Amino acid sequence: MRTENQKAWFFVLPVLALVAFNALVPMMTVVNYSVQETFGNNQFFWEGLGWFEQILRSDRFQAALGRQFLFTFLILIIEVPLGIIVALSMPRKGFWVPVCLVLMALPMLIPWNVVGSMWNIFTLPKIGLMGYFLNDVLGINYDMTQQPLSAWITVIVMDVWHWTSLVVLLCYAGLVSIPDAYYQAAKIDGASPWSVFRYIQLPKMKTVLTIAILLRFMDSFNIYTEPFVLTGGGPGNSTTLLSIDLVKIALGQFDLGPAAAMSLIYFAITLLVSWVFYTLMTKDDAQ
Amino acid sequence: MKKRSLIPILYIAFLMLPIYWLVAMSFKTTNEILSGFSLFPQTFTLENYVTIFTDPTWYWGYINSIIYVTMNTVLSVCVALPAAYAFSRYRFLGDKQLFFWLLTNRMAPAAVFALPFFQLYSSIHLFDTYLAVALAHTLFNVPLAVWILEGFMRGIPKELDETAYVDGYSFPRFFVTIFLPNIKAGVGVAAFFCFMFSWVEMLLAKTLTAVEAKPIAAVMTRTASSAGYELGLLAAAGTLTIIPGAIVIWFVRNYIARGFAMGRV
Repeated sequence: MRTENQKAWFFVLPVLALVAFNALVPMMTVVNYSVQETFGNNQFFWEGLGWFEQILRSDRFQAALGRQFLFTFLILIIEVPLGIIVALSMPRKGFWVPVCLVLMALPMLIPWNVVGSMWNIFTLPKIGLMGYFLNDVLGINYDMTQQPLSAWITVIVMDVWHWTSLVVLLCYAGLVSIPDAYYQAAKIDGASPWSVFRYIQLPKMKTVLTIAILLRFMDSFNIYTEPFVLTGGGPGNSTTLLSIDLVKIALGQFDLGPAAAMSLIYFAITLLVSWVFYTLMTKDDAQ
Repeated sequence: MKKRSLIPILYIAFLMLPIYWLVAMSFKTTNEILSGFSLFPQTFTLENYVTIFTDPTWYWGYINSIIYVTMNTVLSVCVALPAAYAFSRYRFLGDKQLFFWLLTNRMAPAAVFALPFFQLYSSIHLFDTYLAVALAHTLFNVPLAVWILEGFMRGIPKELDETAYVDGYSFPRFFVTIFLPNIKAGVGVAAFFCFMFSWVEMLLAKTLTAVEAKPIAAVMTRTASSAGYELGLLAAAGTLTIIPGAIVIWFVRNYIARGFAMGRV
């Protein structure tokens, strides 16, 4: 359908220049640091792959990576099914549709540091609504500055609050594109709600679900601002996810070599997992 | 039918609770906040908002944020339009690889780029300018804009282009007077997403600014740490950051579902 035309490159040129400037130059800086050792004074010494080995072997990196995978895994298994359920039960037309959509999209438009502050205020014991309710009404001992479990639950609930709507909106877009005739045919055949879901709604949502899962994976794997503002990585190191650890090493301790090596490993893992997800989920289409 | 609508209602209630709490906090006095729990503000005060609107560091934080977000949105959509057109209409050498490479930039953790960006923009003397933040945010916004616009452009039949050429339209004239009006919704949605991601991103914006172009987020963190712990003020500042998003989203409400699917349903 598309015609062969090499002049199309001219159309792409501005984008290419802009993104190359923003992506390649910093990336080369990172590569540069990752193979060198510096003692200040702008003196650099060749270090080879030493930093990479050191990072991959360090307990600190492995622990942060483990926490990161656990976090992303929990986010995906909570947000994706919840998003599908909400999307399925939403009205298809009428006055309430735009109202629902706008209200649901609202959390995504709040700056990320404000999301962190907001949940901080919300969960403070004695002062915050959730903190007060859990501690003083239900009598549960909840304090996310002291207990790792509370901190984890808060960070997860915050992300569910923040991003489930993305899954909802994507699935909803897939659902409204199903013609009524499909449902009528299913009714005539006497299909159960489950088979309507399995054979009509789920296949129609497949493309958008792929986008949703990919976006949720990438963004939750790269998450920084919200947990940083909310818990600062604590208590202890219990909620120090990969990005938080990386910024600590790079800007806190100014260990440029290890930080750069860690950046590259981090980016490579994100790319690899995204690619595996993508190939697995689009495999059926290719056949 | 009634049981079914219970789920969205509960879900929206869950979304609104922390927002309500933030807004309620912003109308309370510091005394009331620290003295204990109250569901509604007992002594309703606008003091926190007055502070923000009278202190230049506060309101300039908002103005700075809005300036670089707008610059980024215009820039991203303008460069993405021809590129998306090329991807949707032509095959050319390396097109698939290029498209994928663009998208990989969306996957890069912002934390990875914080320090190199600081050095890059310092070395070209753009540090602490609106342009620096606007340019830095194109890293993830341009690929996204290309992706969204390409999805919408694919839905426009190629016959439209061919008819216009037969009618003697030049390419620029065709693009502006015929093609653009046809993908209005797509442009709106792409602009919305660029606005959204530039508005919510804080790590790079904070790293690339010091005084002149300081975003509202940096002002907020400074207040949280230096001036003791003024929760009411922090809540008021947070409440005000929700408003631009709410306004923008109201404009695209009719395209929102399709927009989030990037025109791919």
